[in-house]
Amino acid sequence: MPVNPREQTAHSAVMELKGGSITLPVLKLLSSDMQRVQDQLKLKIHQAPAFFHNAHIVVDLHDLAAGHGDLDFPALLGLLRNLTLIPIGIRGGNEQHHRAAQAVGLAVLADGSYEAGTSPPARLSPQGAAKAPAPSRLIDHPVRSGQRVYAAGGDLIILSQVSPGAEIMADGNIHIYGTLRGRALAGVKGDQQSRIFCMDLQAELVSIAGHYRISENLDDSARGKPVQIYFLNDSLMIEDLSIPARQTHHGRT
Amino acid sequence: MARIIVVTSGKGGVGKTTTSAAIAMGLAKKGHRTAVIDFDVGLRNLDLIMGCERRVVYDFVNVINEEASINQALIRDKRSENLFILPASQTRDKDSLTKEGVGRVLGALSETFDYVVCDSPAGIEKGATLAMYYADDAIIVTNPEVSSVRDSDRMLGILASKSRRAETAAEPIKEYLLLTRYSPERVRLGEMLSVNDVQEILSLHLLGVIPDSKAVLNASNAGTPVILDDKSDAGQAYADVVARYLGEEVPHRFIEFQKRTLFGRLFGG
Repeated sequence: MPVNPREQTAHSAVMELKGGSITLPVLKLLSSDMQRVQDQLKLKIHQAPAFFHNAHIVVDLHDLAAGHGDLDFPALLGLLRNLTLIPIGIRGGNEQHHRAAQAVGLAVLADGSYEAGTSPPARLSPQGAAKAPAPSRLIDHPVRSGQRVYAAGGDLIILSQVSPGAEIMADGNIHIYGTLRGRALAGVKGDQQSRIFCMDLQAELVSIAGHYRISENLDDSARGKPVQIYFLNDSLMIEDLSIPARQTHHGRT
Repeated sequence: MARIIVVTSGKGGVGKTTTSAAIAMGLAKKGHRTAVIDFDVGLRNLDLIMGCERRVVYDFVNVINEEASINQALIRDKRSENLFILPASQTRDKDSLTKEGVGRVLGALSETFDYVVCDSPAGIEKGATLAMYYADDAIIVTNPEVSSVRDSDRMLGILASKSRRAETAAEPIKEYLLLTRYSPERVRLGEMLSVNDVQEILSLHLLGVIPDSKAVLNASNAGTPVILDDKSDAGQAYADVVARYLGEEVPHRFIEFQKRTLFGRLFGG
């Protein structure tokens, strides 16, 4: 059927609605004491001001102790904005939190995925959101050159070494309580929140959700050390775990 | 029931056949009935190292094809009545070996011997995988250099996944590391990986260290397993290895660099 050109113009799309996932820093609140939150956050931001300037942030209330029931949302919003952060939503918490958050214009986000702030809070109750964790795969012997180990749907835990020429993969995180000399690929189905932990980094390749780094591009300062590797801000971060008492500003998976 | 030992490495030229011959002879000298089988069909060498190349009538492939009985093919060693050699065929290739055939031969040998030593060919193809398939113990022969270490690691992976013990979920094959051609002096100069370097990469029980020695070449040329040269460092090192394999506590030797002493000049290889 021929289409009238004018009609086509009238009906041509000026917008599309699509699902997408965006990685955002998550501020995990462990206390409702706004003064202390502000002090500690200030210190963190001071370490990397450029990174936090106008950064969107999600507030995670999962670990907020039960005793800290009342959260002063206007004060929280105020302190975050003062520190040049742009709070966009909350995750976790109880129904009271959800109502309070929506009252100040924050979205209530589902676990692991993003939903419109107007979704009924009932769907986000802790019982509904908690998924049974996928079983981890545990390997208690060395993974030798030429061997491949894949943990489908969950984490991979290796209690030994991973030799050069070996390949270990997981849909979730990878933990290696030994030397990693081979290749380690976490989040192979695209989970950018997955991480790699190892006691001694000498890897040929590390990858999180397809973002990889080869041995040649590994920083010498991280080599031979216990590290965690995660994906943040479009790049692979390698963090030395032997430096004590470090607290990360973003959520752990 | 015999204990089946595979001597393997992945890489060629690291000393598998020398080791097979020495260990088989060592076990026999300790009074154990021992058979040593050359799995390197098409490139047979064990008969030369054992000095029985002129007495080969039937070979391993003949036995597998049931053209000869095991007793017809086994060659009794002239130096030890406990030691028998099953030579490889030089005119066939490794496709002549079948899993069933090898299983049948090893099963038959198991009934009359205490130990069966399988001398694996290099590589990870059929000959090598069949040599280790039925093994109870594996001796991984490794030279102190990176490519040999990596190949050994690969071999260990295959041992852990493609052996009969792995397939039947039985107790895994016992793996032992044997470092050969070791030169403490070159390690000291930084030209060679040290025992610790290799062990760190392979994390394996160290069965022994065989020093780089002229005695090995001399023994090969003479068709005498080097373990019989008990004055040589390599011969003594292999004797230690056999003792350790049999459960004796023997301290490791030939690992530290030592200036040539009068003793060394008199007895060193």
